[in-house]
Amino acid sequence: MADPALFEFLHTEMVAELWAHHSDPGPGVSAGPRGEEARAAAGKKMSLCVLEGMGFRVGQALGERLPQETLAFREELDILKFLCKDLWVAVFQKQMDSLRTNHQGTYVLQDNSFPLLIRMASGLQYLEEAPKFLAFTCGLLRGALCILGIKSLVTASVASLPTCKFQVVIQKT
Amino acid sequence: MAVCVAVIAKENYPLYIRSIPTENELKFHYMVHTSLDVVDEKISAMGKALVDQRELYLGLLYPTEDYKVYGYVTNSKVKFVMVVDSSNTALRDNEIRSMFRKLHNSYTDVMCNPFYNPGDHIQSRAPAAPLMAVSVRRAFDSMVTSMMIQVC
Repeated sequence: MADPALFEFLHTEMVAELWAHHSDPGPGVSAGPRGEEARAAAGKKMSLCVLEGMGFRVGQALGERLPQETLAFREELDILKFLCKDLWVAVFQKQMDSLRTNHQGTYVLQDNSFPLLIRMASGLQYLEEAPKFLAFTCGLLRGALCILGIKSLVTASVASLPTCKFQVVIQKT
Repeated sequence: MAVCVAVIAKENYPLYIRSIPTENELKFHYMVHTSLDVVDEKISAMGKALVDQRELYLGLLYPTEDYKVYGYVTNSKVKFVMVVDSSNTALRDNEIRSMFRKLHNSYTDVMCNPFYNPGDHIQSRAPAAPLMAVSVRRAFDSMVTSMMIQVC
């Protein structure tokens, strides 16, 4: 991770490239006047899924490589702390700003100046565009958790740029 | 030098298992399979212990008259099992530890290979394939070969 700007540029291009194709999601979506909106919505969903999937595979590889020298994790909270500290530092060169939990399998990770959003705006401008820049990171968290043995569902929300919250819900099987 | 090296996934199926000499393979497979019970025991014992330090290296799992079996578990609950000839008394604990560390590094490299799907068997493709660089899986194979004993 020599230069953080390299990953930021790559990520921006990835999102732009996947979004450019969202107007043709492929067959299986209804045609007609309502079809236009349905197609656009389905395309957006596909792109978000693809981004999240990419983040997932990267998260799996990082989840294998980063804890290599550390000792075995004792419990779930240790794994979440590892995500907030080591994983975030490795990818974004800073730690997560806050970690909250309800002790019943839900964790909220808050980053007050998320590096992938900080270049965009400060405040409420571009709020609708923000979610697609968070999909990859959601997948990253989900992949790392999966490889460390926790099945989870990760969603992100933005109230105002560049602060964003990642909500991790542990799936109990 | 090891006579058998096995990498076992979280769900307890083998991702990679290789033994030398190749004729009595089943015996080593069975030994690795039985050692999984000991590994699980050690992991749950570690969980209950109040010691802060939780090591990845599990140490000697069980000795038989001909062989000694060592174990190592990663943070992703992937287990490495190594069977070593008992007659080789010169092999010290830190040598086994360093062999496991090399194995862990190679396994991490395989995980980072974009053509490897987590959960697949670790096997390199036929050499006929037009690959420019040495595949990571073949590197894993050759790393394991370097750890194994030369039995002629």
